Amino acid sequence: MSERSAQPPEAKKPAKPKASRDVILAGLPPQAARQSNERWGDWGADDFTRGFFTRRSALIIIAVLALAVGCGEAYAQLTAQGSERDGVLATMLKWAPLILFGRDGELGGFALNIVISFLVMAIGTVTGVLLGIAQVSTSVLVRKPAWAVTQFFRNSPWLVLLFFTILLMPFQIRVFGYSIPFPDWIKATIGLALPIMANISEVTRGAIQSIPTGQWESSESLAFSRSQQFRLIILPQCVKRMTPPWMNWYAILTMATSLVSIVGVSDAMTLTKLAVDADGRSELLIPMYGMLLMFFFLYCYPIARLTQVLERRYAVVT
Amino acid sequence: MAFADQTAHGARNSNGAKWTPDQPIISLKGVRKSFGPVEVLRGVSFDVKKGEVICIIGPSGSGKSTILRCINALAPINEGSITVEGQEVHDPHLDKLALRKKVGMVFQQYNLFPHKTALENIMMAPIHVLKQPKAEVEARARKLLAKVRLAGKENAYPGELSGGQQQRVAIARSLAMTPDVMLFDEVTAALDPETVKEVLVTIRELAEEGMTCLLVTHEMGFAREVGDHIYFTDRGVIIEHGPPKTFFAEAKDERTRAFLSQIL
Amino acid sequence: MATTLTLDNSVNYRRYAWVLLAGGGLILYFGWTAIFGFAPVNACANALVPLFGDAAKALYETAGVNIVYLYEPFECGRLLSGMGMTIWISIVCVIASTIIGVLGAWAQMSGSKILRGVAQGYIQFFRNTPPLVQMYFFFFALSPLLPRVMTDYDVARPMFDAFTWAAISLSFFAGAFNVEIFRSGIEAVPRTMTEAAEALGYTRPQVFRNVVLPLALRVCIPSLTNNLVNLVKTTTLAFAISVPETLFVANQIWSDRVNVLEMMITLFVFYIGLVAILVWMMERWEKAMRIPGYGR
Repeated sequence: MSERSAQPPEAKKPAKPKASRDVILAGLPPQAARQSNERWGDWGADDFTRGFFTRRSALIIIAVLALAVGCGEAYAQLTAQGSERDGVLATMLKWAPLILFGRDGELGGFALNIVISFLVMAIGTVTGVLLGIAQVSTSVLVRKPAWAVTQFFRNSPWLVLLFFTILLMPFQIRVFGYSIPFPDWIKATIGLALPIMANISEVTRGAIQSIPTGQWESSESLAFSRSQQFRLIILPQCVKRMTPPWMNWYAILTMATSLVSIVGVSDAMTLTKLAVDADGRSELLIPMYGMLLMFFFLYCYPIARLTQVLERRYAVVT
Repeated sequence: MAFADQTAHGARNSNGAKWTPDQPIISLKGVRKSFGPVEVLRGVSFDVKKGEVICIIGPSGSGKSTILRCINALAPINEGSITVEGQEVHDPHLDKLALRKKVGMVFQQYNLFPHKTALENIMMAPIHVLKQPKAEVEARARKLLAKVRLAGKENAYPGELSGGQQQRVAIARSLAMTPDVMLFDEVTAALDPETVKEVLVTIRELAEEGMTCLLVTHEMGFAREVGDHIYFTDRGVIIEHGPPKTFFAEAKDERTRAFLSQIL
Repeated sequence: MATTLTLDNSVNYRRYAWVLLAGGGLILYFGWTAIFGFAPVNACANALVPLFGDAAKALYETAGVNIVYLYEPFECGRLLSGMGMTIWISIVCVIASTIIGVLGAWAQMSGSKILRGVAQGYIQFFRNTPPLVQMYFFFFALSPLLPRVMTDYDVARPMFDAFTWAAISLSFFAGAFNVEIFRSGIEAVPRTMTEAAEALGYTRPQVFRNVVLPLALRVCIPSLTNNLVNLVKTTTLAFAISVPETLFVANQIWSDRVNVLEMMITLFVFYIGLVAILVWMMERWEKAMRIPGYGR
């Protein structure tokens, strides 16, 4: 699978520096290919999200949620068998703490989604950057396997990878007489870290390759070793252009954490289902699932917006 | 043939009388136009008679191109009136198709359609817009290509042609609509000096055949040689005009002289 | 897109007509099998098993590698029908999400502020919430609200089955990305190009059809490929609402036969193969559409 560029031709035109900030940024090492060069995530955005009327659309979304609650309420009124039932809004508020923070004394709910996302991102970034560097190694023996590993995990469905780790990893490992337990959520974390690793690897490779060859040549002529070149010259320049896609992948990952409910981890999704089943009231279905969608939206949307802002700011195109 | 019906197309001037060929084919009266707070045309008036070659010169940003764009109804005007063959262009009920059959336009950046070959570029509009039969259009397109000295390039894509060649295809593409007037918007500005000549030769031939031409240009030598009348614009108004001989030799206005001394 | 087919560079289209034919054939085949059951799949299974059965059985008995679907016609048919379902749901979603993408891009570029706001809201909502939760929302929350229909045996059943809901939710999800892809493609066509067409007397719809769309399409293809690849991978989510697609039947098989590793490897091979074929086809298409001297 060769690298495909999703670059619209217009982006190739040199950007005219407008404000002084842009002038300063224009002096920075140019970003040869925008991050849209990357396969834009499994469920993610790259630079397409630049939207107008975003405040309006946020309002629309809130209006939709209000409508969902209203519909549920109206439905409840129409089919009311007894008046002892809670209102829809009251029921939602009753369940919200459970869905957000899980049962008492154990990590669960949306908080678990966030914890998993942090862990996955940490593991995925470290391994992914290493794998990405391996992809541009001068040795074919390192480069080709790194490429193969990246492509394998990048093109496999996340859910299959999740099943892979859940079913095939041992539930505990014995090391020197100590047993280290592997609860399901840790296995799920590792399962999600695999595709993130592969995608961060691609992000890293793209960023490294977008550094102009002049940087390599000039640092080589100054007698830097290969590892020094990476550490002192190339990677620091990569950080900036890797940030927007990295954040993008974080948002995608956060949404993907809901997959762990399929393999039996009690995240927000699982608990929402439990709550709906416990009440057994059909008018609650739309508001409750709507609320869950809203939790994810409220967490991921700001990240997406920030990603766009950074992307535009760093988009200094040669 | 194609425009036998054109005069019947409600071509009446502001007095309600029918337009006749001895009246100006294009007439501008007090045209004003602004982009936001910037007024680019501040009362422009002139007439173009049939068969005339008019050259508009002036410093960049003086509104030359805007005049052409307004004549072709690509940009609306704020005040004044523009008539083409007696038809008010500013009229909200204007039949833009009828206008654009009469007025062809060639752009600085060629704007050929990159996904079509040279021949297809020329054939597209007559087939899609005028609904003319394909065989007839193709014969005419081939003749036009030969006329702009590009026979043999029928199947080349715009990306495979040089700038001058592309511009000549663009001219042929406009001519395929058999217009009465041709507008040329700095058609040689994006070309290198070598290829400028081949495009100018094409335009001169057109002029010699009696085509009414309106050129915005920086080629003073060409304007002097081909133009029947020269207009000099600066900051949205016409400063001075006259036939080339008197205009270039004895310019009266200070700004005209300053401009000419810079250019020549 | 019919107009681009006839007008656009017909030589290349003729050369790649077989791609269209193959695509049409696939759609017909899987559409038919989805409606009338996977009878041909069983025939296929019966043909496959004699070919590999003995070798697979020997492998199981000597090395313990249980590739059960190579010697059991039933499991073979089950797996093949699951793969067929994955491909079919992918095709349905590709078509539906493309339509949504075109409509959405049109809404986003329209003059109406309300229409633009709605399109923007749709995009942001579907891009920033998990597709799995979307699918649950559709299947568990929306489905019960729709009227029930009577079957031939006078049993009430939901109006849409799980497959339909999976297709609907995945199409809306992928469609949200397609809107942005198409819009950025259309915006990549320079304004001067449309102006030149207007100066030739083209009307707005004519400009769009003859100039903007063919050029925008070419800009879109790489991003479109990515989105379609993601769509194919995301079809595994239909597992969660019990659509019998590949992951679902593989899960059934490994539950019955306890051969998780073998089935897992099969899954990886199948999905990566599917993605590879899709990418290969899209790259062929992109090449066929390439214009000399334009773009890369």
